Amino acid sequence: MGKLFSNKTKEVFVGPLNKNNPVTIQVLGICSALAVTAKLEPALVMGLSVTIIVAFANVIISLLRNTIPGRIRIIVQLVVVAALVTVVSEVLKAFAYDVSVQLSVYIGLIITNCILMGRLEAFAMSNKPWESFIDGLGNGIGYAWILIVVGFFRELLGSGTLLGYKVIPQAFYDAGYSNNGLMILPPMALILVACIIWVQRARNKELQEK
Amino acid sequence: MNTNKNSYTLIYSIVMVVVVAFLLSFVSSALKERQTANVELDKKKQILNALQIDWAGQDAGALFDKYIVNGLVINSDAKVLKESKDATFNIEITKEMSKPLEQRELPVFVADVDGETKYIVNLAGSGLWGALWGYLALDSDRNTIYGAYFSHASETPGLGANIAEKPFQEQFKGKHILNSANEFVSVAVMKAGTRADGMEQVDGISGGTITSKGVETMLYNSLVQYDKFFQQTTEGGNN
Repeated sequence: MGKLFSNKTKEVFVGPLNKNNPVTIQVLGICSALAVTAKLEPALVMGLSVTIIVAFANVIISLLRNTIPGRIRIIVQLVVVAALVTVVSEVLKAFAYDVSVQLSVYIGLIITNCILMGRLEAFAMSNKPWESFIDGLGNGIGYAWILIVVGFFRELLGSGTLLGYKVIPQAFYDAGYSNNGLMILPPMALILVACIIWVQRARNKELQEK
Repeated sequence: MNTNKNSYTLIYSIVMVVVVAFLLSFVSSALKERQTANVELDKKKQILNALQIDWAGQDAGALFDKYIVNGLVINSDAKVLKESKDATFNIEITKEMSKPLEQRELPVFVADVDGETKYIVNLAGSGLWGALWGYLALDSDRNTIYGAYFSHASETPGLGANIAEKPFQEQFKGKHILNSANEFVSVAVMKAGTRADGMEQVDGISGGTITSKGVETMLYNSLVQYDKFFQQTTEGGNN
């Protein structure tokens, strides 16, 4: 086990969760963070799908890294990602139809998620499969937790539900509370992401630009 | 090995494409059956929505079998071509609507809700960004709307997309699609405060004018095909 989780691999995994987060620090994958976080469930599924795809794409590219012709390496990366995305999309259609309808084009658009191509080109092309897998997991989870936090607040404040279940008691509504419709609209996702960035930078002074 | 040679690059890409093609076709054919079942179940849920039956938490397939008692495939002269639930269910209305009117095979579902006969017809049209579709349930007089269900592929969330929400759809309940002279006129979707001429109306969605008009056009174009069927009432319950 010692070899599997050396300090370097640990750093590769933990980095993207916090100080090197793909969404809040590298500002990648923002587009889907706005689009699928109006409800918690699609945010969960999207986070899970991206995690699986980026982890496996990383492993495949890392295994192939010495054989890939330099001139078409971006195309090879794209093909691998596109194939995995298609598989995930087909599996969702078969086993989670309602969610796949809700996510509609965004599953297909995982292909264009900058996190994926970024990790493949920057990490998997020059690292061993195991590290690449960990890197993929780390980045996927780093992306997913941001989506889940945003989705949690947008659904709670925007619809008064979580995963479709009512959590704000009727008594609140009777007392004059009402759902914030603005939360459902994409701009609020951006503002929530900005709040996360704010908190993160306030707590980690070294992330602040001089 | 020199991975920068042209021949290597060429062979590499060919092998890659073939392997990926095989993999994807395998996945697709392995999951086909489940996916078709899901699409069919979704269609059944939509039809139950038009019938105002709440299927949440229940087996929608079983409810569909319980309430939908028959299916008719008719032509534009209201002649019954086939009488079968499956044949009716499998018709793709968008394909039929691209044929000349006389050749179209039109689906009519016959439902039995608490002893009353209802007819459900398919709707298809287009909104601002993409396709619209829906189902309209009519009372046995083939004139009064019992319930409506609309959905869309890609209308603007918060604006046009509201046609898929209950408040918009419930406005259609009790409206009549024939006028007092028993001619087919459909139902108009109007800007709040304006009046439609010679037909009943519902309020459109503010900020979603093109989608609202799309619903109106969809209703007219889809229902006019059934014109003869609506006239052919057996109970004489028209007003």
